[in-house]
Amino acid sequence: MEDGDRVDIVVCVKTNPDLQMVRIKNREAVTEAVPYKIGDLEKNALEAAVVLRDAAGGKVTALCLAEGNRKAAEDVKVALAMGADEAVVIDDPELKAPDQAAVAAALAAAVKKIGACDLLLFGEGSTDNYTGQVGARVAELLGLPQIGYARKIEVTDGVVRCERSMDAMIETLEAPLPAVVTVVSEINEPRIPGLMQIMKAKNKPLQVWALADLGLEAPTPVREIVSNLAEEQDRKNILFEGAVAEQADAFVNALIKEGVLGR
Amino acid sequence: MAALLVYSERVDTACELVAGGKELAAALGLGVSAVALGPGDGVAASELAAAGADTVYVSEDAAFEGWPADAVAAGLAQIVEQADASVVLVGSTRRGKETAPRLAQKLGAGCVSDVSSLVVEDGELVAGRYAFGGATVAREKLATAAKVFAVMPKAFSAEGASAGEGAVVNLQVDVQTSVRVVDRRAKEGDHVNLDAAPLIVGVGRGFNAREDLALGDDLAAALGAVIGCTKSLADFEWLGEDRIIGLSGAKTAPDLYLSVGVSGQIQHTVGVSAAKLIAAVNKDKEAPIFAMSDYGIVGDLYEVLPALTERLKNV
Repeated sequence: MEDGDRVDIVVCVKTNPDLQMVRIKNREAVTEAVPYKIGDLEKNALEAAVVLRDAAGGKVTALCLAEGNRKAAEDVKVALAMGADEAVVIDDPELKAPDQAAVAAALAAAVKKIGACDLLLFGEGSTDNYTGQVGARVAELLGLPQIGYARKIEVTDGVVRCERSMDAMIETLEAPLPAVVTVVSEINEPRIPGLMQIMKAKNKPLQVWALADLGLEAPTPVREIVSNLAEEQDRKNILFEGAVAEQADAFVNALIKEGVLGR
Repeated sequence: MAALLVYSERVDTACELVAGGKELAAALGLGVSAVALGPGDGVAASELAAAGADTVYVSEDAAFEGWPADAVAAGLAQIVEQADASVVLVGSTRRGKETAPRLAQKLGAGCVSDVSSLVVEDGELVAGRYAFGGATVAREKLATAAKVFAVMPKAFSAEGASAGEGAVVNLQVDVQTSVRVVDRRAKEGDHVNLDAAPLIVGVGRGFNAREDLALGDDLAAALGAVIGCTKSLADFEWLGEDRIIGLSGAKTAPDLYLSVGVSGQIQHTVGVSAAKLIAAVNKDKEAPIFAMSDYGIVGDLYEVLPALTERLKNV
């Protein structure tokens, strides 16, 4: 393998509260004592990065913003076990509940500090809030081209080529490196690390940086969350039980009465 | 007059945003301007003017071909300045969702994506969007002078559009993109646009095998409905990804959503919560889908579907 082909990749990973374990109480999401884990799409991005590195050579860095997860430095080791070469965690009390502009500013500064980065990978959105903003914001901050929703990704001769599905079209796009790419779940099946990989991950380099290490000040919030409550359901909740033919009859009659049939 | 600026690469979505934007703009003391970008988009510009935009800015610059996020964000930023816009509404399609945050970053603006509701309260815009995987709705305000909202298709109705005769302004913008389109082809097989469908039959993991989906097809045919699905069926490749309803797929607002063999996980149901009527067929009486349904049939879909299809043929 020629040295000129090597691709240094930074994968931005977010740890989210495990949504399967988030309960709603009095319309509010209860996240206390809920464990965090790396998001599903970020695992797709990590898998893509490891495959690209294994083919071309280079280094994979997992970059994680703790966002209030006190165990982020522990949780990010899953990325190391999956094959990332090193990890960086940004952890700062001023970034406990950051908005997307603050996240992007911190990640962009960290990417600069990491230095070598030909390809910057993100999941299309985070498992919890799925805003899909951060990849595009970081691309703008770093002045890089961006390709969203990649379901195939190749790197050759300093160019990244991605396939993506957009409405009725399948597109193949190319951008010169360095570039930002966000991936969707169809791109691959993330590996599940074995015990050996988990053990080896413990010895891989992991750094924790605060805002000051990135030369950043505490961010000025760009948004305010007014409320965050479960919706109140206002449905009829009529159930038909019993013999199938009677159920079908009652159900179809209800639809007719509602005026949704026979138009 | 300062403006609320509307943009979507999809003309139908842009017209909805003009209609919804007019009400918001009136409450905020703003005018409504719209943007059409891309070769041949002069046609879209006149539609937007007719839909009620005061001014429509149009650029047919070749850099907008395929709407690359870097070029569109740069073009919009220039138009924001020209139109003196303080609020930008972008259609939250896949393309819009990758463009809006880039534009926001350029403008130093806050941004809310996948907005399902947008209202003015006490003189300020408040946007609703799903959070925690759809379990909650976060209501958010932006603190920056410029504000960008990526609004989901169908969040507003185009019916309120007033017949207008807005001015169309052809613009020269200075944009380039470093993303090259190598190939663009139509998807093979049938393609559905779920967010425009009035009747949807949604299928889930209650089906034991791919070939059994024929039962759902028969039911959909008898209803005149289109088929959508949960993400897992697309992951199995039983159905195409454009059939996915929910957080990672279409957000629909049909007159009737009839789910079959769908348990009702929130990641799926956020895509149908705007349906006028929700109905469900599921063998598990405790399935969460029944809690959010108007009508439910508790039973084995393999027995219920043929009976329903037969009954519907006699309507």
